[in-house]
Amino acid sequence: MKIVVLVKHVPCTLRGMTFGVDHTLDRAARRGQLNEADEYAVDQALRIARRRRDVQITAVTMGPAAAVGALRKALILGADDAVHVLDDRLHGSHALATARVLAAAVGRLGFDLVLSGSASSDSGMSAVPAMVAELLGVPVLCFADTLRVGEHRVQIGRDDGAGLQVFAAALPAVVAVTERCGEPRWPTFTATADAHHKLIRTWTLADLGVAGNDATTTVVRAVTAQPGGATPVLLAGDPTVAAIRVADFLAVHQFL
Amino acid sequence: MGSVLVLVDRAATDGSVCGSTCALLTLARRLGSPTAVLCGPADAASVARLGRFGADTIKTITSTDLDEHPAAARVELLSYLVRRTAPDAVLITSHRLGREIAARLTARLGSGLISDAIDLRMDADGPVAVQSALLGAYRVESRVPCGTPVFTVRADAVRAVAAPARPDVQRLHLAFSPGVRAVRRIARRPVGGELRPDLATAAIVVAGGRGLGSQQSFGLVGALAEALSGTAGGSHAATELGWCARREQIDQLGTIVHPRLYLALGISGSVRHRAAMQHAETIVAIDRNPAAPIFDLADLGVVGDVHQVVPELLAEIRRRRADPMISHSEETT
Repeated sequence: MKIVVLVKHVPCTLRGMTFGVDHTLDRAARRGQLNEADEYAVDQALRIARRRRDVQITAVTMGPAAAVGALRKALILGADDAVHVLDDRLHGSHALATARVLAAAVGRLGFDLVLSGSASSDSGMSAVPAMVAELLGVPVLCFADTLRVGEHRVQIGRDDGAGLQVFAAALPAVVAVTERCGEPRWPTFTATADAHHKLIRTWTLADLGVAGNDATTTVVRAVTAQPGGATPVLLAGDPTVAAIRVADFLAVHQFL
Repeated sequence: MGSVLVLVDRAATDGSVCGSTCALLTLARRLGSPTAVLCGPADAASVARLGRFGADTIKTITSTDLDEHPAAARVELLSYLVRRTAPDAVLITSHRLGREIAARLTARLGSGLISDAIDLRMDADGPVAVQSALLGAYRVESRVPCGTPVFTVRADAVRAVAAPARPDVQRLHLAFSPGVRAVRRIARRPVGGELRPDLATAAIVVAGGRGLGSQQSFGLVGALAEALSGTAGGSHAATELGWCARREQIDQLGTIVHPRLYLALGISGSVRHRAAMQHAETIVAIDRNPAAPIFDLADLGVVGDVHQVVPELLAEIRRRRADPMISHSEETT
């Protein structure tokens, strides 16, 4: 079984980040890490590998040179090898362009199961896994709170607020897992040392035969700083009024 | 003026139109003539509510596929409608299902997706979306230059304003392709089952801290968790005082939680506690001290006495459960 895990290199913190002149996030000189939800995805792949002998786990990322850090972490956590799609033309790619590149890379690798985190901590669109599946023409199971993989079938549990729902699909499929699917194990020292000997391949757009970021599908017009940043809504005064406002808030967010 | 498709959200319990859809219709009116896409039967109450918030057209479709394969069938329905009617934009609420539908629809159409919009307006060259980026430090305005733009909208950021219209209800008939059945729902367990997930995997977590004052008051945490079908926990202060069990401790040494909703009752938010709960999607905090660090993380904060606010909240939740229409009262005024 071939498992491809899509991972992303994200900034450690979003505090104090700024936008560059081309309206893209200024990621240079920021410390980065493997996106947290993607750690869970790698760990889920490892859990599948523990139960069967034929599992090959490949981590795939697309990003600037520094993104190799995310792949190294994925290799430490248990991936067998990794692919880095690196090309200057990919700078500032939006979700659909990213999905096209990743779908091409996954298609080239071949797969039975594609895993990824359900959202990145920097953009949080949750769009790429679903788009990749749509472009590959395979079923997608997004926001998996639990994951179970059988011989030819994958099954997820998902709690959207209106109770638990269980969905199933035949392999090959794409699954995006949330951080609720189970804490990843700490890597052993041996795994950390071994990771240095694992293979990281670098592919360019020419290798994949993809056009890249030419046809832009979203254009940023303006970016304005908000002094003070996000100001949380603070309620004070009459407890009854406050309680009703909290209930309204919960209802809008569909928790009631 | 072109049409704007709005995917209608319906409550899982009684099929009534959700408040989020009213907010989306409010935005859709600025972009064009709102067309509500209603999955399931068009009962009089739903039609009346959509009309009150300005839906000019309601396209309704009933099919078991929409219930059994919610995402795939809606993607196929919307892509059919976009190709057929060429609307100016598609608006979808930004929750889990909505995000999945929007992403797949965009990939299928090859157009552009703008997610988590907090505002939309019409400009000379098409709809422009406003997003809040980098923890609210920036506002980003963007648009989709070609194809039908797909927007997911954070309904909580938009105030629904009524503008009555007389909707034209059209029934659709669409034979879904076998492809939509690739993902099947094989089980569904309603809210309020006996299953209480453990803290690490819980979707809703209610936690209490020193501010509750006593073991007896700590019962409020359990009661609120019960009411919201969530899991109860406590800060390290509450654990050390013996108000809750060690395994319910939420901090660096206890459990790190990733819920969709985190409710902090009487928790000031020490560094070790914040490290374990800052990844929650939505944070609501109730504490007496307005300078408590937990309010820096909270999406909604209440400065007040938990002993007064929480019983009132419990009563309000009970009231709303008994009569679902109460929750709609605010929008009509």
